[in-house]
Amino acid sequence: MIDEIGHFALVLALCIAAVQASLPLLGAARGDGALIALARPAALGQFIFVAIAFFALMHAYAVSDFSLVNVATNSNSNTPMLFKLSGVWGNHEGSMLLWVFMLALFGAAVATFGRNLPPALRARVLAVQAMIGVGFLLFVLLTSNPFLRISPVPLNGAGINPILQDRGLAFHPPCLYLGYVGFSISFCFAIAALIEGRVDPAWARWVRPWTLAAWCALTVGISMGSWWSYYTLGWGGWWYWDPVENASFMPWLAGTALLHSALVVERREALKTWTILLAILTFSLSLVGTFLVRSGVLTSVHAFAFDPRRGVFILLMLAVYTGGALTLYALRAPRLVPGGLFAPISREGALLLNNILLASAAATVFIGTLYPLFLQVVSGQRVSVGPPYFNLTFGPIMVPLLVAMAVGPMLPWKRGDLWAALARLKLAFAATVVVAVATLAIAGVRSLGPACGLALAAWLFAGTAVEMAERLRLFREPLGDTLRRAVRLPRSAWGMTFAHAGMAFVIAGITGSVSWTEQRVVAAHPGDSFRLAGYTIVLDDVKNVRGPDYTALRADMRLMRDGSLVRELHPEKRFFPVENGTASDVAIRTNLVADVYAVLGAADGKGGYTLRLYYNPLVPWIWLGGLAMAFGGMVSLTDRRHRVGAPARRRGQIAAPTAQAAE
Amino acid sequence: MKRRRWVFLAPAAVFGLMAAAFYWGLGLDTMVLPSPLIDEPAPHFALPPLPGHRDGFSSADLKGHVSVVNAFASWCVPCRDEQPALNALARTKRVPIYGIDYEDKPADALAWIGALGDPYTRIGADSGQVGIDWGIYGVPETFLVDADGRIRYKHVGPLTEADIHRTILPLVARLER
Repeated sequence: MIDEIGHFALVLALCIAAVQASLPLLGAARGDGALIALARPAALGQFIFVAIAFFALMHAYAVSDFSLVNVATNSNSNTPMLFKLSGVWGNHEGSMLLWVFMLALFGAAVATFGRNLPPALRARVLAVQAMIGVGFLLFVLLTSNPFLRISPVPLNGAGINPILQDRGLAFHPPCLYLGYVGFSISFCFAIAALIEGRVDPAWARWVRPWTLAAWCALTVGISMGSWWSYYTLGWGGWWYWDPVENASFMPWLAGTALLHSALVVERREALKTWTILLAILTFSLSLVGTFLVRSGVLTSVHAFAFDPRRGVFILLMLAVYTGGALTLYALRAPRLVPGGLFAPISREGALLLNNILLASAAATVFIGTLYPLFLQVVSGQRVSVGPPYFNLTFGPIMVPLLVAMAVGPMLPWKRGDLWAALARLKLAFAATVVVAVATLAIAGVRSLGPACGLALAAWLFAGTAVEMAERLRLFREPLGDTLRRAVRLPRSAWGMTFAHAGMAFVIAGITGSVSWTEQRVVAAHPGDSFRLAGYTIVLDDVKNVRGPDYTALRADMRLMRDGSLVRELHPEKRFFPVENGTASDVAIRTNLVADVYAVLGAADGKGGYTLRLYYNPLVPWIWLGGLAMAFGGMVSLTDRRHRVGAPARRRGQIAAPTAQAAE
Repeated sequence: MKRRRWVFLAPAAVFGLMAAAFYWGLGLDTMVLPSPLIDEPAPHFALPPLPGHRDGFSSADLKGHVSVVNAFASWCVPCRDEQPALNALARTKRVPIYGIDYEDKPADALAWIGALGDPYTRIGADSGQVGIDWGIYGVPETFLVDADGRIRYKHVGPLTEADIHRTILPLVARLER
């Protein structure tokens, strides 16, 4: 019964979305207040019904209702509750329902928090968003319906892929989708602006918090996904340039560019048509990602079981939304009042450079991901573009971006002095040189690559720190004044500092991972001990243990340093009888600077076991840095100027300290 | 002004071409595709061994018996999926499995087979050239070669236990007759 209610609620949500997609648009065109006002309740209603459908499916998973095909094929009564619930989005149908749920959630959020938007703009934004909703609701109902029944009802379900039985599944996809779908709001704002034919600083101020929120979620989602693959796949790899990873990375790059270009629109009324295009492209890249993952045109481990009908449907949506948006762009963008020109050496010039580099980076990833497909279409040949391509092309674009990232924030708006900015960065120069020399001294003169990587990270970190210290007039004024400045400083300035510093940590982490990972693969018997990077690892015993829905070999190991116990390690090798699959549960001991990582391998039948032991220096910084970036985004989100509803007139006053500090 | 307009049209035009390519791509099956090398003699090659291994892999190894040739790489995520199936096939000792370690760092490859098991009779480290001769466009790919050294079957993408039981083993039996 509850399943039918969920199914029916989804149909009702589709009907409401159809209304929301049409009438408010008509109302905005005619200036009909009643129709304009329809947008808000429609968005809220759509959200409520999609939520009913979503929780109905979750209920079916919670009570193991195997009369639903979707539950029967993706869950089992022995599955622990957390994985029953997160299993809702561990499959194609359920994850599309989650996608639609997030979409409706964002629509409801605009309806609720967008009270300060001009009613006509809000109506248009919500109408465009409902158009996307109609497409995806139709997609779910017609090709990927999770509420289909099965008869006879199986006694038990087929279970969930062992690799998905992990806390990671509970958080990674929702964050990722929150990001993907969140960019739909920027897209809708862009379309609404094209329809109205007006882009101004106010528009940029309205669109930025939504972009920022989506960007934060996507940053967390990607970081968690990478962390998940680090500890789940069992060999410490955290990024593969897999098509599905790239599918999430491309919108992130474009979204990062969008965040920065919207700043230029807000402050200088320039880069307007470019910002609109970026907003369209960012969400389109999310759609392309969906298409790639769900249609089976590219092979990947993440790929869902596919059905050609679904591929055609998503392609159709891509053609309608992206094709439609770009056509509208071609028609309307030339009529937007062009922004002023600006000097290349200035804050806006630096932001333009940021955009060029980020857009090139996104294009590089895009080409690398789709080249195999395009080549096959053109010549019938099939090639594979592996990590070698990405390392060769992506890296060189990142280097100038990182170098410029420290300098950009030092430049004032309108006209800057590069030499003056560089002169103020002399401390950062010093830090860079010290780190580079220290790296060469410790790791040996041949480690030029890692020295460059760490120097780059040091440059970015120190540059960011110097910029913040200057704003606070640290050590130049009494500490009390500095603290008062710190409190009064706009939150967005703090946000930028955290985000840029976080990036520095990510770079350092990547450098450590690429350069200094130590590994040992050993055949171990209980009682053996091994040395790894100054630690001693003792294997005491290997036992059979039972989990809720698996049996496992579990190793008892001790991590020792200088004769004293640091921590016990218990890696497991799990066997899941229902799904007939294995998964390894690695043991990681981190001190936030380096990880000791132990994996239990197969028994050799003579009382020995394969053990793989890794020492991964700086690797935890990849995720800490990622989280710092997302945290920076969230801090920035609490800035008064972004707080939706904050009076626009206050802006000048709040912004004053920034201008002062930049002088 | 006229020129400016074309600039704004460019994104839509590029997208149109792309969507067409996508549509075309949908019709192509990524798993099954005819290889021009089917029924042709396997290319001549001699690949060096991985460090620490005694033997490399060369075309001479393929003569006189049916063999499975599997192209893999440590950077290839789908390859991880098929490794248990290959290990199971190796344990049956039904047919030798040769590995082409494609565009890989030897140290990574050694760690990889250490971690996931080594089903291979011999492994050759290929910097890419031999893979091209075999018509490999992505890993994993698996070939069946008959006793005369001719390529008789090609599988694209990870092998599953089901593939091995339904396709590979029956084909091996047929080729041995």
